[in-house]
Amino acid sequence: MTDAMRAETIEITGHGGDTVEAYLARPLDGPPTGGVVVIHHKPGYDDATKEITRRFAAHGYLAICPNLYYREAPGASPDDAAAASRARGGVPDDRLVGDVAGAADHLRSLPSSNGRVATIGYCSGGRQSFLAACSLTLDAAVDCYGAFVLSSPPEGFPDHVPQLADRVQDLSCPLLGLFGAEDQYPAPDEVDRFGTLLTEAGKEFEFHSYPGAGHAFFSTDRPSYRPEAAVEGWQRIWEFFDRTLSSPR
Amino acid sequence: MCTYQTTRLPVRGSGKGAQGWFPVSDATVYVDHPVHAPADHTLNIDLLNPARGAAARVALELDPGSARALALAIIETLDSAPPGLVEPSAP
Repeated sequence: MTDAMRAETIEITGHGGDTVEAYLARPLDGPPTGGVVVIHHKPGYDDATKEITRRFAAHGYLAICPNLYYREAPGASPDDAAAASRARGGVPDDRLVGDVAGAADHLRSLPSSNGRVATIGYCSGGRQSFLAACSLTLDAAVDCYGAFVLSSPPEGFPDHVPQLADRVQDLSCPLLGLFGAEDQYPAPDEVDRFGTLLTEAGKEFEFHSYPGAGHAFFSTDRPSYRPEAAVEGWQRIWEFFDRTLSSPR
Repeated sequence: MCTYQTTRLPVRGSGKGAQGWFPVSDATVYVDHPVHAPADHTLNIDLLNPARGAAARVALELDPGSARALALAIIETLDSAPPGLVEPSAP
């Protein structure tokens, strides 16, 4: 097995049968392998998220990141597309689930797929990763500091972001949660409540909260970057995916 | 955090974006991660014209103190304009 990989923009079929742009990264050789759907954060389908997608391929996984803002702004720069989506109220949950389903189906269709698929999301993508895992049959899900999983934004704000406490019972796979102990969205008590709900529902999960880290500690291009937490967090991700994505379905 | 708290309002006027001047029809105001400013969160303003596509956009990312100062300056400038120069009603 070499370290050769290919990364490129493709089109997939998303929610409602819509054609959606996506960034696909995959190893060019090696044994059948699992796939990861990378859910981009609210600032958009940007360079940092594509870099994360390539990182999974460099570690031997198939990885795809659907452009959740493609319908609002095809061909636009990532920040213009994010602004256009925000102005229209954001991405509806059902559309997100449909696009993730389309991305997962695409990964499973690749000759080098072993049939297993995970989701991973950061920030708003963390909540969406959990939502997808409660709505679809997946093999693993990673929630990196997703806000508003159990709480909701204040009344009256345009974006409709329902809390997901009632969906915990629907979780279809093991869940890895990575949080900053100094984060307020989600705050430590919300993370604790999330763990309690998962335990009560008999779900398999693993949470890690990193001291000295707040929100967005994985973001290498932000003041919030915390190298120690990020290095530890990535190690947890590799171990989790090695355990959940390695064997063929 | 990625926030979902966005104030949206119609506006009238013109803005200069990456492709030149264009009529603006909408504004969004929100606190969220910046794309360019070196901060975790900024007060962000987008002046848009959705009918002209996503690239028809004037974007600002300001630290909160600067945003408050700008808001006050806007109000003070309007209030001190010579009588009759500025329409009193909102768009």
